[in-house]
Amino acid sequence: MSMNTLLIIALSPLAGAIIAGFLGRKIGKVGSHVVTIASVAVSCGLSIGLLLAFINGEASAFNQNIYTWMVTGDVSLNVGFMIDSLTLVMMSVVTFVSLMVHIYTIGYMQDDPGYQRFFAYISLFTFAMLMLVMSNNFLQLFFGWEAVGLVSYLLIGFWFKKESAIFANMKAFLVNRVGDFGFLLGIAAVAMSFGTLDYAEVFAQLPQFADKTISIFPGAEWSLMTFIAICLFIGAMGKSAQAPLHVWLPDSMEGPTPISALIHAATMVTAGIFMVSRMSPIFEMSDTALSFVMLVGAFTAFFMGLIGIVQTDIKRVIAYSTLSQLGYMTVALGVSAYSAAIFHLMTHAFFKALLFLGAGSVIIAMHHKQDMSEMGGLKKYMPMTFITMWIGTLALTGMPGFSGFFSKDIIIEATHASTRWGSGVAYVAVLLGVFITALYSFRLIYLTFHGKERMDNHTKDHLKESPWVVTLPLILLAIPSVIIGWITIEPMLFGEFLKDAIHVNHANDVVAHIGEHEFHGAASFALHGLTQLPFFLALAGFALATYVYLKKISVAENAKKTFRPIYNILQNKYGFDDFNQKYIAGGLVALGNMLWKWSDSKLIDGLIVNGSAKVVNAFSKAIRPLQSGYIYHYAFVTAAAVIFFIGRYVL
Amino acid sequence: MSSLSLLSLLIWLPILAAFGILALGPQRAGMARLFALASSLVSLVLSIPLWMNFDKTTAAMQFVEKFNWIPTLNINYHLGVDGIAMPLIVLTTFITVLTILSAWKVIQKNVHQFMAAFLMLEAMMIGVFCAQDAMLFYIFFEAMLIPMFLIIGVWGGPNRVYATIKFFIYTFFGSVFMLIALIYLYMKGGTFNIAEMAAIPLSLTEQIWLFFAFFLAFAVKIPMFPVHTWLPDAHVEAPTAGSVILAAIMLKIGGYGFLRFSLPITPDASSELGWLVITLSLIAIVYIGLIAMVQKDMKKLIAYSSISHMGFVTLGIFIAFMLIAKGGDTHMALEGAMAQMVSHGFISAALFLCVGVLYDRMHTRLIRDYGGVINTMPLFGAFFVFFAMSNAGLPGTSGFVGEFMVILSAFQANFWFAFLAAITLIFGAAYSLWMVKRVVFGEVKSEAVSQLTDITKRETFILAVLAIAVLALGLYPEPLIDVMRVSVSHLIELISISKV
Repeated sequence: MSMNTLLIIALSPLAGAIIAGFLGRKIGKVGSHVVTIASVAVSCGLSIGLLLAFINGEASAFNQNIYTWMVTGDVSLNVGFMIDSLTLVMMSVVTFVSLMVHIYTIGYMQDDPGYQRFFAYISLFTFAMLMLVMSNNFLQLFFGWEAVGLVSYLLIGFWFKKESAIFANMKAFLVNRVGDFGFLLGIAAVAMSFGTLDYAEVFAQLPQFADKTISIFPGAEWSLMTFIAICLFIGAMGKSAQAPLHVWLPDSMEGPTPISALIHAATMVTAGIFMVSRMSPIFEMSDTALSFVMLVGAFTAFFMGLIGIVQTDIKRVIAYSTLSQLGYMTVALGVSAYSAAIFHLMTHAFFKALLFLGAGSVIIAMHHKQDMSEMGGLKKYMPMTFITMWIGTLALTGMPGFSGFFSKDIIIEATHASTRWGSGVAYVAVLLGVFITALYSFRLIYLTFHGKERMDNHTKDHLKESPWVVTLPLILLAIPSVIIGWITIEPMLFGEFLKDAIHVNHANDVVAHIGEHEFHGAASFALHGLTQLPFFLALAGFALATYVYLKKISVAENAKKTFRPIYNILQNKYGFDDFNQKYIAGGLVALGNMLWKWSDSKLIDGLIVNGSAKVVNAFSKAIRPLQSGYIYHYAFVTAAAVIFFIGRYVL
Repeated sequence: MSSLSLLSLLIWLPILAAFGILALGPQRAGMARLFALASSLVSLVLSIPLWMNFDKTTAAMQFVEKFNWIPTLNINYHLGVDGIAMPLIVLTTFITVLTILSAWKVIQKNVHQFMAAFLMLEAMMIGVFCAQDAMLFYIFFEAMLIPMFLIIGVWGGPNRVYATIKFFIYTFFGSVFMLIALIYLYMKGGTFNIAEMAAIPLSLTEQIWLFFAFFLAFAVKIPMFPVHTWLPDAHVEAPTAGSVILAAIMLKIGGYGFLRFSLPITPDASSELGWLVITLSLIAIVYIGLIAMVQKDMKKLIAYSSISHMGFVTLGIFIAFMLIAKGGDTHMALEGAMAQMVSHGFISAALFLCVGVLYDRMHTRLIRDYGGVINTMPLFGAFFVFFAMSNAGLPGTSGFVGEFMVILSAFQANFWFAFLAAITLIFGAAYSLWMVKRVVFGEVKSEAVSQLTDITKRETFILAVLAIAVLALGLYPEPLIDVMRVSVSHLIELISISKV
């Protein structure tokens, strides 16, 4: 592995973004997409090449600084790359999905006036995401972290005339900033405890810090490692949309669909999962922090999945599904099954990108209508989208043999095997989550592709399959959605592949435990899955969805009426948005107004500043008549004074 | 050109140019502009050797010039720069060029006087950063008020008289106490040499009195809560170029004053009263951040944002004492404060210029009059979003550097300092992006917005130069930190030794 190759991988998309961004008008639409696609293809090819070389033992891990950002006091802050198996997996997934999305965008955005700008943004995103995953230190991680947030902001608000879009992008950025607030404090704690932000140097010093404490409130000593881990995880909660910082992700669907697939499903939102895995040596030192991680994940996995059942916007269903799946990954992190989290991250990237792009294909056909209540029966109009979406759904619901099965099942088993505090609750949550996932996923498929055609005649007349630039990425994503689990489960989870990149204490290593006792190859694992509870739960979800949404749609209507209160709670998304809007945003603005009007304007400026001026003014006004300008006034005062003093002297 | 007289050239050339421009008279406005631009460019070029020939390995004053001025009082014309002053001088010459360009078209009344006032202002500000004699410093410090007073008072908005008098009395009120302090120090030590003043032994009581005297002068200038209320008014009434200079350079003089006077002369009092300054800084960051959020006038919003950002400067400077007591790393705090000053110089300048661009076209600064500007001014919109993001401290822009360093240092001093300071991550983004949302994005709000024309080549050039500066400092701050490192070390040594 050489520095030059790595620099090409990272900088090539940046170059593409700059060319398309600044010269977009000159090189035109075709020029822009050719340049950006080529630049990302270069990154993708080289990344996968490196990954294969690494697997074959031709390349070894790499850790080197590029330049010194700053030296301040005893701390040296650098920009550099650390490349190991974990990084290579991320790089390959990111660049591959990005490449698919680039190609897809040609079709999806063809009539958009911001065509070149869009390509510039998604290439810039690819660069930022690569800098994030390739970093060898916390500082650059934070750079990438915020840079992907910036591009996400720009892309959610891509259609800047749409009020809902520009509200959503601001909301996304601000909610992420709440997470970053914790993240930055975590980074500060690392920098100030370890005197460096370099991963390798921090990890090397960890053993000496096991018993260190930090005093946040006087008198209470907290474990430093727990504190750092939780602060870092708060950052992950923002980026990877874990409750209660999940509220921005569903709204981010206001952006164009290709970025929902790339940024808000496959890559950026998994940055938090990646970060925690990267920091596994730190997290492993705190059971408390990991329990917290696990419970947050379990809550998100279960409750966000439930909301997916009542959504009617096709993209929002998938968005809630993404929240739920991110919850699964977080649970995996919480039970020390980091490799399982990364495994699910990878499989999810393929099938969720597929589902989003498929939904986008449907949206193209429906003339940018997204409401599933106006769809139905699309399978005969768009067979390729239909088939690939089915594949994605089977993967998502974890049907044995599909990629999602392997990754989800291993998370469920790992949670089951874990003895960490709270793992019982998490196990129930991820188990029931399987049923819910199947229910909302097949509901989506039935409402969209099967049943009655509910669209208006005008739309119906124009229904057709999307062009090849759209369907090709669907096919290319459908392939790994089916097979990637088979190929990679053994090396990624039970082999040596991730061993050097992820650190797990032996006592916590549930994945290794499963490997020793239950895993006998991918095929038998899949067969074994057919007899397990998760499979039956998925089948139950499938059966219920089939009955309700394919056979007897009235059941759904009746259920809505019968369970009105529950339906309302789900429809209101548990009230998170209302609460934030009313009390947090509203409260801060009210507080700001109060401080401004009362403290700043009335007290400081009115009373003290202008008040003192007024006092001076009033005083001078009072004594001003003394200077009347009439000689006889002054003469009188002089004479009176003279008489007064003489009088005093004489008497 | 001998490097010996470089600083004098930097001070006196603009003054001479100013008189020359005044002599042109009111009729030859075009000449006045060109002449002013030429003068500011010469100053900028002169500051290049200042940077290039600067010796980074020594904390001693460089480019020193010293002549007797008033021998009976031991007052000298004594100039010199160290790693703390030098970057601020370069910032001054850099920003002055851009402000003169920005005023090219807008100012049509008495152009020669306006340009002359600007050049005078530039000279005074450079003088403040070079002066090694306290009396000379004081004279520049006060003389600076006059051109600024005129700029706001003559070319300002409808309420300019109130704003100028408020600005003047506020600042003057503060600096009178500084004069008393300087005279006291002279009586005690028989010198006006700033470096020698630092060596005068002082009891803690004396230091505390002196500290407050300096504090009033510099706290008003920065400005710190609760003596900040002149700034929003001054900004709102000032012409764009005036706001730019005020925010980008003049506020920095307060921070510079703390580093040059308060810290070395009254180290024990600064350490003793550090809690007070830290508290006020944290109030500035949080309280002012909240107030910025609800502003309806863009200039007021940016003015409040400036106060909030300058809170990081004072925070960084005064946590240094806690870090010394704790045996921590003090460099990061002080260098962070400096980096924040330079960065704020770029970003606040850019934001005020952006508001100026809009104001020139629509003659309103109220947020509610705008909406959907990007539809008619896409290029401008891109710049505005970029600078708003920098203002929100986005990593990769200069806005991140100083805040990051100060938050890290604050964490070392006390977790809660870092906690409160880091709130700016949320509030800073909230007020910046909310403004962007309401002004730049959305459907075209009104007829007036639909008729806006995008920025001209001249405006694009100014904003692009600033954008490059913001990015360069954000991506590679080491050159800046490198210049000041030894001087900061020297300062830390000075303040680590108790005078009591």
